[in-house]
Amino acid sequence: MSDLIEGFLGKSVEGKKSRLPAKLDFVQSATGLFLGLFMWGHMFFVSTILVSNDLMYNVTKMFEGGFFFEERQHWIDAVLIIFVLVVFFTHAGLGMRKFPINFRQWQVYKTHMKMMKHDETSMWYVQAITGFVMFFLGSAHLFIILLHVADIGPYLSGSRIYSLWPFYILLLLAVEFHGGIGLYRLCIKWGWFEGNNAKETRAKLKKVKWVITAFFLTLGILTFVAYFKIGLEQKDNAGERYQPSAMIKVIDNIKVGS
Amino acid sequence: MSRTITIKALKYNPNSSISKPHMVEYKLEETDGMTLFIALTKIREEMDADLSFDFVCRAGICGSCGMMVNGQPVLACRTLTKNFPDGVLELFPMPAFKLIKDLSVDTGNWMNDMSKRVESWIHTEHEVDISKLEAPIEPDVADATFELDRCIECGICVAACGTKLMRPDFVGAVGLNRVARFECDPHDNRTIEDYYELVGDDDGIFGCMSLLACEDNCPKHLPLQSKIAYMRRKLVALR
Ligand code: HEM
Ligand code: SF4
Ligand code: FES
Repeated sequence: MSDLIEGFLGKSVEGKKSRLPAKLDFVQSATGLFLGLFMWGHMFFVSTILVSNDLMYNVTKMFEGGFFFEERQHWIDAVLIIFVLVVFFTHAGLGMRKFPINFRQWQVYKTHMKMMKHDETSMWYVQAITGFVMFFLGSAHLFIILLHVADIGPYLSGSRIYSLWPFYILLLLAVEFHGGIGLYRLCIKWGWFEGNNAKETRAKLKKVKWVITAFFLTLGILTFVAYFKIGLEQKDNAGERYQPSAMIKVIDNIKVGS
Repeated sequence: MSRTITIKALKYNPNSSISKPHMVEYKLEETDGMTLFIALTKIREEMDADLSFDFVCRAGICGSCGMMVNGQPVLACRTLTKNFPDGVLELFPMPAFKLIKDLSVDTGNWMNDMSKRVESWIHTEHEVDISKLEAPIEPDVADATFELDRCIECGICVAACGTKLMRPDFVGAVGLNRVARFECDPHDNRTIEDYYELVGDDDGIFGCMSLLACEDNCPKHLPLQSKIAYMRRKLVALR
């Protein structure tokens, strides 16, 4: 009953304003923060390919319970992916509330942005566009990985990136710009790190934001190139799985010994 | 050395059935220390008696002369023409407010509605007894309140706000600053719950998308960014 009244009036049964908008604002930020930080971690893990195929393989194995199980446990990946999917959908659903929802809103914002040439106003536009792009690309990526949890590794990931390269380039750009701007906005929105001089802090945060974006974009592009090259080399061996070099050595020893 | 400056202005009277919005260009000699107020007055006196714009104090105090100059919302009386190296100033009325004519918009009624909406007055049960000395207020607290009370209701923060332009019901930085002003004033007995009732929704504090154009354009340099973040933290922390 109380849901019915609150839904109808936008007020709680005590006649008070609903607390839900506060919760939604908080969840928008919390999911954004989680996704933003998750994407940092994600970038570090996938970029292990720049060190060696073995390291990337071992990191993947570690995520699949490598410390406890002999065999790779793909269900652990699946659980993690489903969790990220839920957070991602929640965040996207809440983000939608902020989008221009008719042509006039979009038109007035765009005109205003072009007239004023104000950084944060333009950055929001980038955030909205990249957010929109990720509705499709982010969902597609998460589903592809969910359907191929058993196929994560240097060769198979390389082949995937090789065959879908425009998709991954776009996704990389969208994530880095959206996440970077989003984390900066989070600090402003909640007054984190503000100290005594908010203006000075903001100038610093903005600098840090650009450094971080440049860093992750560079790392992302290098990583992309590394996978792309592997994919190119593996072109004729579709479906071949990577064998870590340690295992190959053992097999070699047996051969030598026998 | 004097130069000729160009002032382009939007002319339009929404109340006239024959008026069509169009840009008009005026050329005039720049004088020493010329403000946009002086330039516009000269245009009205010598070139176009029909051009509408608002001024009262000419000193950045009354808040009536806000307009868009080359895309930036500013107080025209505090805008020096010499700060425009190419000598071209393109003028638009402030968006978000009701257009009266040309560069003149109705900020007054909007501000009045905003004041009523956030109940911009001291709420207290305390009866003032003028025969007794007023209770002292900590100087820091008084300063904090006076600082936020410096708002001149020019509407520049509203015209600068992309959120407000998309969503006409958004209360704007001026409204949120007003709430913060009473929140820190010890004379006002309202609680955070009470302020939640006023601005605790998506047309209030949770509608703000932290675009910061209010903060960057406020001619009084009010700490809008910090105060909005502060109110947001307070209102979200409420159970
Ligand atoms: C379909 C996907 C997504 C959509 C539609 C979306 C949309 C949005 C929108 C519109 C905002 C602005 C909210 C506001 O102005 O108050 C936002 C904020 C944010 N987004 Fe996303 N986003 C998506 C995915 C992501 C991803 C993958 C990340 C991580 C890299 C992320 C990180 C953030 C952060 C940190 C914020 C700031 C949170 C806040 O302002 O409260 N978003 N998102
Ligand atoms: S807060 Fe600043 S910009 Fe907004 S109305 Fe007041 S003085 Fe003008
Ligand atoms: S005329 Fe009063 S502020 Fe400009």
